[in-house]
Amino acid sequence: MSETTEPRPARAAEGTPSPTEREPRRSTDVARSGSSDVATQEKPRKRVKSERAKAETRLGWMLAGPAFVLMLLVTVYPILQAVFDSLFSFRLTAPDDREFVGLANYGVILTDGVFWYDLGITLLITVITVAVELVLGFALALVMNNAIRSLRGPLRTAILVPYGTITVVSAFAWFYAFDINTGYINSWFSWLPFISEDTAWFGSTAPALFVIMASEIWKTTPFISLLLLSGLAQVPGELTEAAKVDGATWWERMSKVILPNMKAAIMVAVLFRALDAFRIFDNIFIMTNGAYGTETLSLLAYRTSIGRLEIGMGSAVSVVLFLCVILISFIAIKGFKVDLAGRGGGK
Amino acid sequence: MRRSPDRKSRTRASAGLAAAALIATAALSGCAADEGGPPALTWYINPDDGGQATIAQRCTEASGGKYTITTSLLPRDASSQREQLARRLAAGDKSMDIMSLDPPFVPELAEPGFLAPVPENVVAETTSDIVEGALAGAQWNDQVVAVPFWANTQLLWYRKSVAQAAGLDMNQPVTWDQIMEAAKSQDKQLGVQGVRSESMTVWVNALYESQGTSIVENPGASKDEVQLGLDSEAGREAARVIGTIGRDGLGGPGLSTADESASMALFQGDKGSFMVNWPFIWPATEADQPELLDDIGAALYPRMTADQPSAPPLGGIMLGVGANSDHPDLAYEAITCIASVENQAYYFESNGNPPAKKAAFDDPKVREKFPMAPLIRESLDMAKPRPQTPYYNEVSTAIQQRWTPAEAVNENTPADTSEFIGQVLRGERLL
Repeated sequence: MSETTEPRPARAAEGTPSPTEREPRRSTDVARSGSSDVATQEKPRKRVKSERAKAETRLGWMLAGPAFVLMLLVTVYPILQAVFDSLFSFRLTAPDDREFVGLANYGVILTDGVFWYDLGITLLITVITVAVELVLGFALALVMNNAIRSLRGPLRTAILVPYGTITVVSAFAWFYAFDINTGYINSWFSWLPFISEDTAWFGSTAPALFVIMASEIWKTTPFISLLLLSGLAQVPGELTEAAKVDGATWWERMSKVILPNMKAAIMVAVLFRALDAFRIFDNIFIMTNGAYGTETLSLLAYRTSIGRLEIGMGSAVSVVLFLCVILISFIAIKGFKVDLAGRGGGK
Repeated sequence: MRRSPDRKSRTRASAGLAAAALIATAALSGCAADEGGPPALTWYINPDDGGQATIAQRCTEASGGKYTITTSLLPRDASSQREQLARRLAAGDKSMDIMSLDPPFVPELAEPGFLAPVPENVVAETTSDIVEGALAGAQWNDQVVAVPFWANTQLLWYRKSVAQAAGLDMNQPVTWDQIMEAAKSQDKQLGVQGVRSESMTVWVNALYESQGTSIVENPGASKDEVQLGLDSEAGREAARVIGTIGRDGLGGPGLSTADESASMALFQGDKGSFMVNWPFIWPATEADQPELLDDIGAALYPRMTADQPSAPPLGGIMLGVGANSDHPDLAYEAITCIASVENQAYYFESNGNPPAKKAAFDDPKVREKFPMAPLIRESLDMAKPRPQTPYYNEVSTAIQQRWTPAEAVNENTPADTSEFIGQVLRGERLL
């Protein structure tokens, strides 16, 4: 809360404050004004705009306007419609029985164990997959960053293959690999103590979640590694060189120079993946369809709106899911204390 | 911006205009063709081996230019088919001329008036000489609301060698306890569908109906007045059978994810003994492992008690017409053709889906392909549909959730399921 008025000292190595943390110290208005070059150089707002500035503003609206209107149509409208529908008891196959119930649907959802269990499973999947992906992704980013020039292209392509696979296709591939009838995993790995020919991976919660999370990690680690690679590439070489000259070990260089300078990239990676993981649907839909304790909030919303055709209750679940997503974004942005409106690299 | 006469851009503009003109002409000529030709009926079909598409072609030709039928494929599983059909019908989609409907979903679509009324003459023609189960599945509130196209039923398939070794006389009706005991004594496994899906509702319903009890006692009731027969002695017996198969490992290690195909794979393997499954397994085995056919026999669905006939599960497909279709009369005319004895016999013989019309069972090609055709017909007459209620989806999903995995099913399961369904229908619980 006091971030802009009382900036804390950077946690990075002495003399190398994070660029993203350096800016607010100079001007507390930067974040609010959008921090574009034009904005920082402009005088107070009430000043009369020049003809050129007006023309630029007009052009800006003309260019962005259609996209803005389209965004309103395709995102805001359905959200508002869902909020409105969530106040009714309304079933698609009983159109005449529509009844206003106020917030009763939310009351049912928030007092039902199914919702809290599904929320727990969703958070479990989110936390574990994002944590594992972050570590693996960073390792892959380091490999890509340090690979010799001739190897970089093929290496990046190879690492990107899982991410290029359509999620439903990868979900089927993992399902058929682990399924007790069609799978080969049981016969290949039956020498392991916890796997036998009779292991039913999708028959109970823990093994099913293991496969679901493993497939998720396999599929999206490349994405996180690419984001981290871009962050890694932005760390000024002279900083690491200077730390090296000062006798910093690899770990010290990593923890005190490289990682603090990658904070914005790490935040974006974590936020994007956390939101993605929180909305997980395809993998579970294909592998277990939510059976045996593997249901997440997205699946609950789908099953209520599409399966049961209970538009009112389903909309309420969707709205709750939407609020959760906003909350996660808020926590991530506040938690990392990164100014997303700024210029990231802070050059 | 400077405008300079640019040859390239002029050429591009001309090409663009020409393309636009071409598209417009094509679109207009398309309209003209639509207006001039016979009405095109759309038939939403469930996936099969191409039989429905062929029948659509046959009936288009037989109409003598009165109409054409084009098919549109629905998703693979019955629940997804219902979702798509219900959403389209609720939105007033005019293209819903003919629809292939799974029987348990008929009441849900009939109740809000999504289905066009079946004309008297079509009722008379399509429901005469028909198996009992199919007729029951086509009705809602004592009226025929859909036309039976083909009817399905589960049989008890057995490995002759195992039954013989266990000393079971398969010419006599057998009970669930008998086949469980036989499988156990021979160290074999039973082919049953323990997956959390529609298959589990099919199994549970058959166990209730085989004891003369229904899961929903008053099918036409509103959701506040639905009476469930779940919490009963019959329910505890059904739970005992399913729970024992689960806990004793009689359904194999993959029981909790076993669907019809998985059951068939188990039955065809070394551990195969008895299996309850639809007739498709006969042509499937003939294609995959013809050497097994000599060891496979078929009998009526197992009984719950020795002195009461079983009520085998009923499946199949009904044909419905959307209330918003532009051509309901032509659609019903086309349905009369689709559901003719000849086409039903063709569909059985070519795709393995049994007819609803009794006469189609007498077709020589059918007899050749399915030696057990008379047994299927007998089973269809005894078959009982799944609960007929507009809230079938809630009832079915709750059963699937509470009766899986099989090893966790116990004497409390029926009462627990009954209470849960009541709460869901009253809007007090999430499903």
